[in-house]
Amino acid sequence: MKAMDAGTLTEPREGLHARPHIEVEVQQQSERQLPSRDVVFSIRDLSVYYGGFKAVRNVSLDIFQNQITALIGPSGCGKTTMIRCLNRMNDLIENARVDGEVLYHGVNLYDKRVDAVEVRRRIGMVFQRPNPFPKSIYDNITFGPKIAGFKGNMDELVEQSLQKAALWDEVKDRLKESAWSLSGGQQQRLCIARCVAVQPDVILMDEPCSALDPIATARVEDLMQDLKSEYSIVIVTHNMQQAARVSEMTAFFTAEVQEDQDRRTGVLVEYDKTEQIFTNPSDERTENYVTGRFG
Amino acid sequence: MASRAGSLTASDLVAASLHGRKRDIGGGIFQALLILALFVSLLVLLVLLYDVISGGISVFSERGADFLRGRLSIVTAATAGVGQGIFGTLLLTVIVVLVAFPLGIAAAIYLEEFAEDTRFNRFINVNIRNLAGVPSIVYGLLGLAIFVKLLAEFTGGRTALAGGLTLAVLVLPIVIITSAEALRAVPHSIREAGYGVGATRWEVIRSHVLPSAAPGILTGTVLSLSRAIGETAPLLLVGAVTGFLASGGASLYEQLYGGYTALPVVIFRWASLPSQDFRALTSAAIIVLLALTLTANALAIILRNRYERKW
Repeated sequence: MKAMDAGTLTEPREGLHARPHIEVEVQQQSERQLPSRDVVFSIRDLSVYYGGFKAVRNVSLDIFQNQITALIGPSGCGKTTMIRCLNRMNDLIENARVDGEVLYHGVNLYDKRVDAVEVRRRIGMVFQRPNPFPKSIYDNITFGPKIAGFKGNMDELVEQSLQKAALWDEVKDRLKESAWSLSGGQQQRLCIARCVAVQPDVILMDEPCSALDPIATARVEDLMQDLKSEYSIVIVTHNMQQAARVSEMTAFFTAEVQEDQDRRTGVLVEYDKTEQIFTNPSDERTENYVTGRFG
Repeated sequence: MASRAGSLTASDLVAASLHGRKRDIGGGIFQALLILALFVSLLVLLVLLYDVISGGISVFSERGADFLRGRLSIVTAATAGVGQGIFGTLLLTVIVVLVAFPLGIAAAIYLEEFAEDTRFNRFINVNIRNLAGVPSIVYGLLGLAIFVKLLAEFTGGRTALAGGLTLAVLVLPIVIITSAEALRAVPHSIREAGYGVGATRWEVIRSHVLPSAAPGILTGTVLSLSRAIGETAPLLLVGAVTGFLASGGASLYEQLYGGYTALPVVIFRWASLPSQDFRALTSAAIIVLLALTLTANALAIILRNRYERKW
């Protein structure tokens, strides 16, 4: 891959190894002003194993800054496994093992010196089911910044984060109420606000709308469009229309049966501009999937 | 039947097939047996309560608080009381709380949150479950060998401290198991949410897992306490006094390192006396013990209801 220019490259590398938190914000701002199509993630020949089972095989792709990248494909094709490699969430699963490289601004996230906790501070995640902490709305937002050592005005940060997640107007009068009193869609936007509050560089979304109704889904999709000017977003989705609606780039994965064992391994079939994938895919399997002939 | 179908309307036919003719006799018998089983258990409980209350109520009506304050005696029923028994039981309870709860909860946190799923750790887990099933008399022997004999310099032999430590070891497996179950019940999504915003393992445990598991841990530990309150056999072995106990206004040190007794032990001793007067005292002491245990259980239920979360 083409490396980013040296000036922006060195600083995040240092940041991942040590624990300076808040200075990163300034530096991220300057990164964001770079022309688009800068590479955030460069995945090189990545394979993931759970024990002896190979879940994903030899994936290589580049994910670009300030864009929405969708990972689509049938169940069991390794989309979720893939996205969880991008912030080392797979570390939490015992027996999970990763081969290959995930270069984040040129730094391999699986380098021994990289601290997974630091990685997750810069690369936030929104999960399949809304999972707010069983605490107040306010405390949900402040947990991340607090542990990161945020010293600024917390009230302001809470307001900003909720504004960005388009939730502020709905909850501003009940910040002390339990986050669990919110509706599913509101909870998911709260999770996005919680993620944004740590001032990450990338937001990973693992099927963020699968537990939401169409109206809540539309709101989250609008929100993603607002957020991509500041963040790079990677989304896993089962919903092809959603990928077509929101993303600039789409990666299509499928599960291929292995000959030696009765397990299915995920492979990347095609990665291209979303428009290309949906109108003129170069692989027959992609075409079958996006036209609804299978999956 | 099929030949007559012609004269019937369609809805008659459907009605005939839906209005089943066969009575569910087996089901009825089964249900009756289940209800019978329930009544037998309830009946046993009621007879027990009636027997105890009718036997002991006269002691309360005649002597009232005097019985609750009275000193242990196996000679003069008129002045004997359970004051020292209550005090001893509470003292033992405090020792159990201070020793077994921190140890047990810490062990549970390690097993659930830190230990990897290795063969050795699974072996430990299974054995903690086995320990919870070991008869309490065995713990009494263990307490006698370790706390009374081996650690005599520290515990002072047959003292309240040795008794409390023995009971603490007895409930430790239960505390570990119930705490571990409470921790396991915390949904994985909460942990992921914590890790997702850049929390370390310790931050996730301290800020999210423990607060979420606290009600369950609390309930389990308080219930294990009510087990400790009722234990008799191990205390007999590690030297709870069953006769005359001569401690009055002793200091904390003297109480920890002196002779002691506990309610179940008092009950055991009085029940073995032939005198009719002591029979009534036994029933009264049982009422006091039941009240203490029920209080502990009620506390557990109140705590659970107050802090329970729905996932």
